[in-house]
Amino acid sequence: MYHIISIRDFERSELDYLLDRAQEFDTGTYRPGMLDDKLVALLFFEPSTRTRMSFATAMARLGGKSISVDSVEASSIVKGETLADTIRVISSYVDAIVLRHPKEGAARLASEFATVPVINAGDGAGQHPSQTLLDLYTIRQSMPVDGIDVGLLGDLRYGRTAHSLALALSLYGVTLHTIAPGGLEMPANIALELRERGMEVVEHENVEEAIRELDVLYVTRIQRERFPDSASYYNVASSYRITTDLLDGVKERLMILHPLPRAGEIDPAVDRTPYARYFEQARNGVPIRMALLHEVMK
Amino acid sequence: MTRKDPSGGLLVSPIKNGTVIDHITAGEALNVLRILGITGSTRECLSIATNVESKRMGKKDIVKIENRELRTEEVDRIALLAPQAKINIIRDYKVVEKKGVEIPEVIRGVVRCPNPGCITNTNEPVASTFEVLDKGLHCLYCDWLIKDDIANHII
Ligand SMILES: Nc1ncnc2c1ncn2[C@@H]1O[C@H](COP(=O)(O)OP(=O)(O)OP(=O)(O)O)[C@@H](O)[C@H]1O
Ligand SMILES: [Mg+2]
Ligand SMILES: [Zn+2]
Repeated sequence: MYHIISIRDFERSELDYLLDRAQEFDTGTYRPGMLDDKLVALLFFEPSTRTRMSFATAMARLGGKSISVDSVEASSIVKGETLADTIRVISSYVDAIVLRHPKEGAARLASEFATVPVINAGDGAGQHPSQTLLDLYTIRQSMPVDGIDVGLLGDLRYGRTAHSLALALSLYGVTLHTIAPGGLEMPANIALELRERGMEVVEHENVEEAIRELDVLYVTRIQRERFPDSASYYNVASSYRITTDLLDGVKERLMILHPLPRAGEIDPAVDRTPYARYFEQARNGVPIRMALLHEVMK
Repeated sequence: MTRKDPSGGLLVSPIKNGTVIDHITAGEALNVLRILGITGSTRECLSIATNVESKRMGKKDIVKIENRELRTEEVDRIALLAPQAKINIIRDYKVVEKKGVEIPEVIRGVVRCPNPGCITNTNEPVASTFEVLDKGLHCLYCDWLIKDDIANHII
Protein backbone atom coordinates (compact mmCIF):
# COMPACT_ATOMS: atom_id res chain seq x y z
CA MET A 1 0.00 0.00 0.00
CA TYR A 2 1.22 3.44 -0.92
CA HIS A 3 0.99 6.18 1.73
CA ILE A 4 2.15 9.76 1.32
CA ILE A 5 3.37 10.84 4.72
CA SER A 6 6.59 12.82 4.63
CA ILE A 7 8.85 14.33 2.03
CA ARG A 8 11.69 12.48 3.78
CA ASP A 9 10.30 9.22 2.44
CA PHE A 10 10.85 10.25 -1.17
CA GLU A 11 13.78 9.88 -3.46
CA ARG A 12 14.29 12.38 -6.18
CA SER A 13 13.08 10.03 -8.92
CA GLU A 14 9.81 9.51 -7.05
CA LEU A 15 9.27 13.25 -6.69
CA ASP A 16 10.01 13.78 -10.38
CA TYR A 17 7.59 11.03 -11.29
CA LEU A 18 4.78 12.64 -9.28
CA LEU A 19 5.56 16.04 -10.77
CA ASP A 20 5.40 14.53 -14.27
CA ARG A 21 2.07 12.95 -13.48
CA ALA A 22 0.76 16.27 -12.16
CA GLN A 23 1.77 17.88 -15.41
CA GLU A 24 -0.25 15.34 -17.36
CA PHE A 25 -3.28 16.13 -15.24
CA ASP A 26 -2.60 19.82 -15.61
CA THR A 27 -2.49 19.70 -19.38
CA GLY A 28 -5.56 17.53 -19.59
CA THR A 29 -3.91 14.39 -20.93
CA TYR A 30 -5.86 11.95 -18.80
CA ARG A 31 -9.09 9.99 -18.86
CA PRO A 32 -11.67 12.03 -16.87
CA GLY A 33 -13.37 9.14 -15.07
CA MET A 34 -10.17 7.56 -13.78
CA LEU A 35 -11.34 7.30 -10.18
CA ASP A 36 -15.07 7.09 -10.83
CA ASP A 37 -15.62 4.12 -8.54
CA LYS A 38 -13.52 5.57 -5.72
CA LEU A 39 -14.38 7.34 -2.50
CA VAL A 40 -11.97 9.32 -0.36
CA ALA A 41 -12.45 10.58 3.22
CA LEU A 42 -11.14 14.09 3.84
CA LEU A 43 -10.61 13.91 7.57
CA PHE A 44 -9.69 17.31 8.92
CA PHE A 45 -9.11 17.69 12.64
CA GLU A 46 -7.87 21.23 12.10
CA PRO A 47 -9.44 23.97 10.04
CA SER A 48 -8.20 24.30 6.48
CA THR A 49 -10.18 25.62 3.58
CA ARG A 50 -7.66 25.62 0.80
CA THR A 51 -6.10 22.21 1.27
CA ARG A 52 -9.44 20.51 1.88
CA MET A 53 -11.09 22.17 -1.12
CA SER A 54 -8.25 21.41 -3.44
CA PHE A 55 -8.30 17.72 -2.48
CA ALA A 56 -12.09 17.68 -3.02
CA THR A 57 -11.67 19.44 -6.36
CA ALA A 58 -8.94 17.05 -7.44
CA MET A 59 -11.08 14.05 -6.52
CA ALA A 60 -14.11 15.42 -8.37
CA ARG A 61 -12.04 16.14 -11.47
CA LEU A 62 -10.97 12.51 -11.53
CA GLY A 63 -14.60 11.43 -11.35
CA GLY A 64 -14.34 10.21 -7.76
CA LYS A 65 -16.32 11.20 -4.72
CA SER A 66 -15.25 12.49 -1.37
CA ILE A 67 -16.79 12.64 2.03
CA SER A 68 -15.52 15.58 3.92
CA VAL A 69 -15.31 15.74 7.65
CA ASP A 70 -14.40 19.16 8.99
CA SER A 71 -12.69 19.98 12.23
CA VAL A 72 -15.89 20.45 14.23
CA GLU A 73 -17.49 17.23 12.99
CA ALA A 74 -14.22 15.37 13.36
CA SER A 75 -13.91 16.23 17.00
CA SER A 76 -17.48 15.16 17.70
CA ILE A 77 -17.10 11.88 15.80
CA VAL A 78 -14.17 10.87 17.89
CA LYS A 79 -15.30 11.98 21.35
CA GLY A 80 -12.35 10.60 23.20
CA GLU A 81 -11.74 7.86 20.66
CA THR A 82 -8.15 7.40 19.64
CA LEU A 83 -7.07 8.42 16.16
CA ALA A 84 -6.00 4.80 15.69
CA ASP A 85 -9.59 3.58 16.19
CA THR A 86 -11.09 6.35 14.05
CA ILE A 87 -8.75 5.42 11.24
CA ARG A 88 -9.52 1.71 11.51
CA VAL A 89 -13.23 2.42 11.21
CA ILE A 90 -13.05 4.99 8.43
CA SER A 91 -10.69 2.70 6.51
CA SER A 92 -13.58 0.30 6.17
CA TYR A 93 -15.78 2.93 4.49
CA VAL A 94 -13.49 4.45 1.87
CA ASP A 95 -10.69 3.82 -0.61
CA ALA A 96 -8.24 6.38 0.80
CA ILE A 97 -7.94 8.85 3.67
CA VAL A 98 -6.62 12.40 3.50
CA LEU A 99 -5.72 13.50 7.01
CA ARG A 100 -5.05 16.87 8.61
CA HIS A 101 -4.28 16.65 12.31
CA PRO A 102 -2.76 18.95 14.95
CA LYS A 103 -0.27 16.40 16.28
CA GLU A 104 3.06 15.75 14.63
CA GLY A 105 3.40 12.20 13.44
CA ALA A 106 -0.39 11.70 13.28
CA ALA A 107 -0.26 10.72 9.63
CA ARG A 108 2.48 8.16 10.24
CA LEU A 109 0.40 6.67 13.01
CA ALA A 110 -2.70 6.65 10.80
CA SER A 111 -0.80 4.78 8.09
CA GLU A 112 -0.01 2.05 10.61
CA PHE A 113 -3.67 1.47 11.45
CA ALA A 114 -5.28 2.16 8.08
CA THR A 115 -6.21 -0.59 5.69
CA VAL A 116 -6.34 1.98 2.86
CA PRO A 117 -3.74 4.51 1.72
CA VAL A 118 -3.25 7.65 3.83
CA ILE A 119 -2.23 11.03 2.44
CA ASN A 120 -0.87 13.51 4.96
CA ALA A 121 -2.50 16.91 4.50
CA GLY A 122 -0.50 18.47 7.32
CA ASP A 123 0.28 17.20 10.80
CA GLY A 124 0.81 19.99 13.29
CA ALA A 125 4.19 21.62 12.89
CA GLY A 126 5.28 18.50 11.01
CA GLN A 127 4.96 17.53 7.39
CA HIS A 128 2.71 18.70 4.57
CA PRO A 129 4.05 16.85 1.53
CA SER A 130 1.40 17.88 -1.00
CA GLN A 131 2.29 21.52 -0.32
CA THR A 132 5.95 20.80 -0.98
CA LEU A 133 5.13 19.00 -4.19
CA LEU A 134 3.06 21.89 -5.47
CA ASP A 135 5.85 24.30 -4.55
CA LEU A 136 8.33 22.21 -6.53
CA TYR A 137 5.88 21.91 -9.36
CA THR A 138 5.44 25.68 -9.54
CA ILE A 139 9.19 26.23 -9.67
CA ARG A 140 9.62 23.54 -12.30
CA GLN A 141 7.03 25.17 -14.53
CA SER A 142 9.37 28.13 -14.95
CA MET A 143 12.87 26.70 -14.69
CA PRO A 144 14.75 23.48 -14.07
CA VAL A 145 15.08 23.07 -10.31
CA ASP A 146 18.67 21.83 -10.47
CA GLY A 147 21.30 24.15 -9.08
CA ILE A 148 19.09 27.22 -8.61
CA ASP A 149 19.28 29.68 -5.69
CA VAL A 150 16.24 29.60 -3.45
CA GLY A 151 15.63 32.03 -0.61
CA LEU A 152 13.41 31.10 2.33
CA LEU A 153 12.06 34.12 4.13
CA GLY A 154 10.04 34.38 7.30
CA ASP A 155 9.41 32.03 10.18
CA LEU A 156 11.92 29.29 9.50
CA ARG A 157 11.72 27.99 13.01
CA TYR A 158 8.14 26.76 13.16
CA GLY A 159 7.25 26.95 9.47
CA ARG A 160 6.71 23.39 8.33
CA THR A 161 6.32 24.32 4.66
CA ALA A 162 9.79 25.86 4.69
CA HIS A 163 11.37 22.78 6.27
CA SER A 164 9.90 20.25 3.97
CA LEU A 165 10.52 22.38 0.88
CA ALA A 166 14.16 22.74 1.93
CA LEU A 167 14.44 18.97 2.36
CA ALA A 168 13.02 18.38 -1.10
CA LEU A 169 15.25 21.03 -2.67
CA SER A 170 18.30 19.36 -1.15
CA LEU A 171 17.74 16.56 -3.68
CA TYR A 172 18.19 19.04 -6.54
CA GLY A 173 21.56 20.61 -5.79
CA VAL A 174 19.87 23.86 -4.84
CA THR A 175 21.69 26.54 -2.83
CA LEU A 176 19.49 27.62 0.03
CA HIS A 177 19.47 31.17 1.36
CA THR A 178 17.78 31.62 4.70
CA ILE A 179 16.45 34.97 5.86
CA ALA A 180 14.71 34.89 9.23
CA PRO A 181 14.02 37.30 12.06
CA GLY A 182 15.97 36.76 15.28
CA GLY A 183 14.45 33.89 17.24
CA LEU A 184 12.73 32.44 14.18
CA GLU A 185 15.87 31.07 12.51
CA MET A 186 15.91 27.58 11.08
CA PRO A 187 16.49 25.02 13.87
CA ALA A 188 20.11 23.85 13.99
CA ASN A 189 19.21 20.20 13.52
CA ILE A 190 17.34 20.94 10.30
CA ALA A 191 20.17 23.06 8.94
CA LEU A 192 22.51 20.20 9.88
CA GLU A 193 20.33 17.65 8.12
CA LEU A 194 20.27 19.80 4.98
CA ARG A 195 24.05 20.12 5.02
CA GLU A 196 24.40 16.39 5.56
CA ARG A 197 22.30 15.96 2.45
CA GLY A 198 24.94 18.01 0.63
CA MET A 199 23.05 21.27 0.51
CA GLU A 200 24.77 24.63 0.68
CA VAL A 201 22.91 26.75 3.21
CA VAL A 202 23.71 30.47 3.38
CA GLU A 203 22.27 32.63 6.14
CA HIS A 204 21.43 36.27 5.48
CA GLU A 205 20.66 39.17 7.77
CA ASN A 206 18.07 40.74 5.53
CA VAL A 207 16.23 40.40 2.24
CA GLU A 208 18.11 43.19 0.45
CA GLU A 209 21.36 41.34 0.91
CA ALA A 210 20.11 38.16 -0.76
CA ILE A 211 17.39 39.00 -3.21
CA ARG A 212 19.52 39.76 -6.28
CA GLU A 213 21.09 36.31 -6.13
CA LEU A 214 17.81 34.47 -6.03
CA ASP A 215 15.84 32.54 -8.62
CA VAL A 216 13.05 31.84 -6.15
CA LEU A 217 12.02 33.75 -3.05
CA TYR A 218 9.74 31.67 -0.88
CA VAL A 219 7.96 33.83 1.66
CA THR A 220 6.23 32.30 4.67
CA ARG A 221 3.94 33.69 7.27
CA ILE A 222 5.30 35.35 10.38
CA GLN A 223 2.71 34.64 13.02
CA ARG A 224 1.82 37.18 15.62
CA GLU A 225 1.56 34.57 18.35
CA ARG A 226 5.34 33.99 18.14
CA PHE A 227 5.96 37.45 19.57
CA PRO A 228 5.57 38.73 23.13
CA ASP A 229 3.59 41.81 22.08
CA SER A 230 2.16 43.35 18.96
CA ALA A 231 4.73 46.14 18.87
CA SER A 232 7.61 43.71 18.45
CA TYR A 233 5.56 41.73 15.93
CA TYR A 234 4.88 44.80 13.76
CA ASN A 235 8.46 45.83 14.06
CA VAL A 236 9.75 42.51 12.72
CA ALA A 237 6.93 42.01 10.23
CA SER A 238 7.50 45.38 8.61
CA SER A 239 11.23 44.86 8.25
CA TYR A 240 10.63 41.54 6.46
CA ARG A 241 7.86 42.79 4.19
CA ILE A 242 8.33 42.40 0.44
CA THR A 243 7.66 45.63 -1.41
CA THR A 244 8.21 46.69 -5.01
CA ASP A 245 11.23 48.80 -3.93
CA LEU A 246 13.05 45.62 -3.01
CA LEU A 247 12.68 44.25 -6.50
CA ASP A 248 15.09 46.64 -8.18
CA GLY A 249 17.85 44.76 -9.94
CA VAL A 250 16.57 41.25 -9.20
CA LYS A 251 17.01 38.43 -11.72
CA GLU A 252 14.51 38.54 -14.51
CA ARG A 253 13.30 35.03 -13.77
CA LEU A 254 12.89 35.60 -10.02
CA MET A 255 9.68 34.05 -8.77
CA ILE A 256 8.09 35.00 -5.49
CA LEU A 257 6.11 32.19 -3.88
CA HIS A 258 3.99 32.04 -0.73
CA PRO A 259 1.97 29.09 0.59
CA LEU A 260 -0.94 31.46 1.37
CA PRO A 261 -2.89 32.74 3.15
CA ARG A 262 -0.63 35.75 3.53
CA ALA A 263 -0.89 38.27 6.30
CA GLY A 264 1.19 41.36 5.58
CA GLU A 265 4.33 39.66 4.28
CA ILE A 266 3.89 40.73 0.68
CA ASP A 267 2.67 44.17 -0.32
CA PRO A 268 -0.32 43.78 -2.70
CA ALA A 269 1.49 46.09 -5.14
CA VAL A 270 3.91 43.18 -5.73
CA ASP A 271 0.97 41.17 -7.11
CA ARG A 272 1.13 43.20 -10.31
CA THR A 273 4.79 42.46 -10.99
CA PRO A 274 5.82 39.48 -13.13
CA TYR A 275 7.63 38.04 -10.12
CA ALA A 276 4.46 37.35 -8.16
CA ARG A 277 3.58 33.70 -8.70
CA TYR A 278 1.72 32.74 -5.54
CA PHE A 279 -1.74 32.58 -7.05
CA GLU A 280 -0.49 30.31 -9.79
CA GLN A 281 1.16 28.26 -7.05
CA ALA A 282 -2.17 27.90 -5.22
CA ARG A 283 -3.86 26.79 -8.42
CA ASN A 284 -1.24 24.05 -8.81
CA GLY A 285 -2.61 22.41 -5.69
CA VAL A 286 -5.24 20.72 -7.83
CA PRO A 287 -3.08 18.87 -10.39
CA ILE A 288 -0.65 17.84 -7.66
CA ARG A 289 -3.45 16.42 -5.53
CA MET A 290 -4.94 14.72 -8.57
CA ALA A 291 -1.59 13.02 -9.10
CA LEU A 292 -1.40 11.95 -5.44
CA LEU A 293 -4.98 10.67 -5.23
CA HIS A 294 -4.61 8.80 -8.48
CA GLU A 295 -1.28 7.33 -7.46
CA VAL A 296 -2.53 5.87 -4.20
CA MET A 297 -5.83 4.54 -5.57
CA LYS A 298 -5.05 3.46 -9.14
CA MET B 1 34.60 -18.96 42.55
CA THR B 2 34.95 -15.57 40.94
CA ARG B 3 38.25 -14.47 42.26
CA LYS B 4 39.64 -13.22 38.96
CA ASP B 5 38.69 -9.62 39.43
CA PRO B 6 42.03 -7.78 39.40
CA SER B 7 40.86 -5.23 41.93
CA GLY B 8 41.10 -8.05 44.39
CA GLY B 9 37.72 -9.62 44.69
CA LEU B 10 34.02 -9.10 44.54
CA LEU B 11 32.59 -6.06 46.20
CA VAL B 12 29.29 -7.79 46.61
CA SER B 13 28.45 -11.36 47.30
CA PRO B 14 28.40 -13.75 44.35
CA ILE B 15 25.15 -14.68 42.70
CA LYS B 16 24.15 -18.19 41.74
CA ASN B 17 22.14 -17.35 38.62
CA GLY B 18 21.51 -14.15 36.82
CA THR B 19 23.27 -11.38 34.93
CA VAL B 20 26.27 -9.21 35.70
CA ILE B 21 26.55 -6.00 33.72
CA ASP B 22 30.17 -5.03 34.00
CA HIS B 23 32.25 -2.15 32.63
CA ILE B 24 29.38 0.31 32.77
CA THR B 25 30.49 3.92 32.22
CA ALA B 26 31.07 5.28 35.74
CA GLY B 27 27.96 6.93 37.13
CA GLU B 28 25.52 5.35 34.67
CA ALA B 29 24.48 2.28 36.69
CA LEU B 30 21.16 3.73 37.79
CA ASN B 31 20.35 4.93 34.29
CA VAL B 32 21.21 1.49 32.95
CA LEU B 33 18.66 0.02 35.32
CA ARG B 34 16.09 2.58 34.27
CA ILE B 35 16.59 1.85 30.61
CA LEU B 36 16.05 -1.82 31.41
CA GLY B 37 12.79 -0.93 33.12
CA ILE B 38 14.12 -2.11 36.48
CA THR B 39 12.95 0.19 39.28
CA GLY B 40 12.49 0.03 43.00
CA SER B 41 9.04 -1.41 42.46
CA THR B 42 10.06 -4.32 40.25
CA ARG B 43 10.96 -7.61 41.84
CA GLU B 44 14.58 -8.20 40.86
CA CYS B 45 17.18 -8.68 43.55
CA LEU B 46 19.96 -6.25 42.67
CA SER B 47 23.43 -5.27 43.71
CA ILE B 48 24.92 -2.11 42.37
CA ALA B 49 28.48 -0.89 42.68
CA THR B 50 29.43 2.52 41.36
CA ASN B 51 32.78 4.19 40.79
CA VAL B 52 34.70 0.99 41.26
CA GLU B 53 38.38 1.03 40.26
CA SER B 54 38.90 -0.59 36.90
CA LYS B 55 42.18 -1.33 35.13
CA ARG B 56 40.62 -0.79 31.75
CA MET B 57 38.39 2.19 32.40
CA GLY B 58 39.74 4.04 35.42
CA LYS B 59 36.37 3.87 37.14
CA LYS B 60 33.32 1.84 36.25
CA ASP B 61 29.94 0.75 37.55
CA ILE B 62 28.71 -2.83 37.93
CA VAL B 63 25.16 -4.11 38.25
CA LYS B 64 24.24 -7.64 39.29
CA ILE B 65 20.76 -8.95 38.78
CA GLU B 66 19.81 -12.20 40.40
CA ASN B 67 17.66 -14.84 38.73
CA ARG B 68 17.18 -12.96 35.53
CA GLU B 69 19.00 -13.50 32.25
CA LEU B 70 18.72 -10.41 30.09
CA ARG B 71 17.76 -10.86 26.44
CA THR B 72 19.76 -9.32 23.59
CA GLU B 73 17.14 -6.71 22.70
CA GLU B 74 17.09 -5.61 26.32
CA VAL B 75 20.81 -5.33 26.71
CA ASP B 76 21.36 -3.48 23.46
CA ARG B 77 19.55 -0.46 24.88
CA ILE B 78 22.36 -0.24 27.38
CA ALA B 79 24.70 0.72 24.54
CA LEU B 80 22.99 4.11 24.35
CA LEU B 81 24.36 4.95 27.81
CA ALA B 82 27.34 2.66 28.28
CA PRO B 83 28.74 1.43 24.98
CA GLN B 84 31.57 -0.49 26.68
CA ALA B 85 29.34 -2.50 28.97
CA LYS B 86 29.84 -6.27 29.09
CA ILE B 87 27.00 -8.64 29.84
CA ASN B 88 27.90 -11.77 31.78
CA ILE B 89 25.30 -14.47 32.15
CA ILE B 90 25.87 -16.42 35.37
CA ARG B 91 24.66 -19.98 35.89
CA ASP B 92 25.62 -21.90 38.96
CA TYR B 93 28.11 -19.16 39.97
CA LYS B 94 29.95 -19.35 36.66
CA VAL B 95 30.12 -16.96 33.75
CA VAL B 96 28.58 -19.08 30.98
CA GLU B 97 28.18 -16.34 28.40
CA LYS B 98 29.81 -12.96 27.88
CA LYS B 99 28.72 -10.44 25.30
CA GLY B 100 29.17 -6.79 24.45
CA VAL B 101 26.31 -4.43 23.76
CA GLU B 102 25.47 -3.25 20.28
CA ILE B 103 23.72 -0.01 19.52
CA PRO B 104 20.29 -1.00 18.15
CA GLU B 105 18.98 0.51 14.92
CA VAL B 106 15.61 1.33 16.39
CA ILE B 107 14.45 1.66 19.98
CA ARG B 108 10.81 1.34 20.87
CA GLY B 109 9.01 2.36 24.03
CA VAL B 110 12.19 3.14 25.96
CA VAL B 111 12.65 6.86 25.52
CA ARG B 112 9.92 9.48 25.57
CA CYS B 113 9.80 11.99 22.73
CA PRO B 114 10.57 15.46 24.16
CA ASN B 115 8.26 17.12 21.61
CA PRO B 116 4.97 17.88 23.40
CA GLY B 117 3.24 18.00 20.02
CA CYS B 118 4.32 14.47 19.09
CA ILE B 119 1.54 11.94 18.55
CA THR B 120 3.43 9.43 20.72
CA ASN B 121 2.79 11.71 23.73
CA THR B 122 -0.96 11.17 23.52
CA ASN B 123 -3.22 8.29 24.46
CA GLU B 124 -2.74 6.64 21.07
CA PRO B 125 -1.83 2.94 21.21
CA VAL B 126 1.72 3.35 19.89
CA ALA B 127 5.10 3.25 21.53
CA SER B 128 7.64 5.97 20.96
CA THR B 129 10.01 4.89 18.21
CA PHE B 130 13.43 6.33 17.54
CA GLU B 131 15.99 5.44 14.96
CA VAL B 132 19.50 5.61 16.37
CA LEU B 133 21.74 7.90 14.32
CA ASP B 134 25.30 9.11 14.96
CA LYS B 135 23.95 12.55 15.81
CA GLY B 136 21.28 11.31 18.20
CA LEU B 137 17.88 9.64 18.43
CA HIS B 138 15.46 10.58 15.66
CA CYS B 139 11.72 10.26 16.41
CA LEU B 140 10.16 8.33 13.54
CA TYR B 141 6.83 10.05 14.14
CA CYS B 142 7.63 13.74 14.52
CA ASP B 143 11.30 13.91 13.37
CA TRP B 144 12.48 15.36 16.68
CA LEU B 145 16.17 14.77 17.37
CA ILE B 146 17.42 13.96 20.88
CA LYS B 147 21.06 14.95 20.77
CA ASP B 148 22.18 14.33 24.32
CA ASP B 149 20.99 13.54 27.81
CA ILE B 150 19.24 10.42 26.64
CA ALA B 151 19.00 9.29 30.25
CA ASN B 152 16.69 12.22 31.01
CA HIS B 153 14.17 10.99 28.49
CA ILE B 154 13.91 7.38 29.60
CA ILE B 155 10.28 6.49 30.22
N1 LIG C 1 28.85 -15.68 40.47
C1 LIG C 1 29.08 -14.38 40.34
N2 LIG C 1 28.39 -13.51 41.09
C2 LIG C 1 28.56 -12.18 40.95
N3 LIG C 1 29.44 -11.63 40.10
C3 LIG C 1 30.17 -12.44 39.32
C4 LIG C 1 30.02 -13.85 39.40
N4 LIG C 1 30.88 -14.40 38.47
C5 LIG C 1 31.53 -13.35 37.87
N5 LIG C 1 31.09 -12.18 38.38
C6 LIG C 1 31.50 -10.82 37.95
O1 LIG C 1 31.24 -10.74 36.54
C7 LIG C 1 32.27 -10.00 35.89
C8 LIG C 1 32.89 -10.84 34.79
O2 LIG C 1 33.50 -11.97 35.35
P1 LIG C 1 34.78 -12.64 34.68
O3 LIG C 1 35.16 -13.79 35.59
O4 LIG C 1 34.49 -12.94 33.27
O5 LIG C 1 35.86 -11.48 34.89
P2 LIG C 1 36.95 -10.86 33.88
O6 LIG C 1 37.83 -11.94 33.39
O7 LIG C 1 37.55 -9.72 34.60
O8 LIG C 1 36.03 -10.36 32.67
P3 LIG C 1 36.13 -9.00 31.87
O9 LIG C 1 37.21 -9.16 30.88
O10 LIG C 1 34.76 -8.89 31.22
O11 LIG C 1 36.37 -7.91 32.88
C9 LIG C 1 33.24 -9.58 36.96
O12 LIG C 1 32.91 -8.25 37.37
C10 LIG C 1 33.00 -10.57 38.09
O13 LIG C 1 33.26 -9.97 39.34
MG1 LIG D 1 37.28 -7.58 34.79
ZN1 LIG E 1 8.25 12.54 18.38
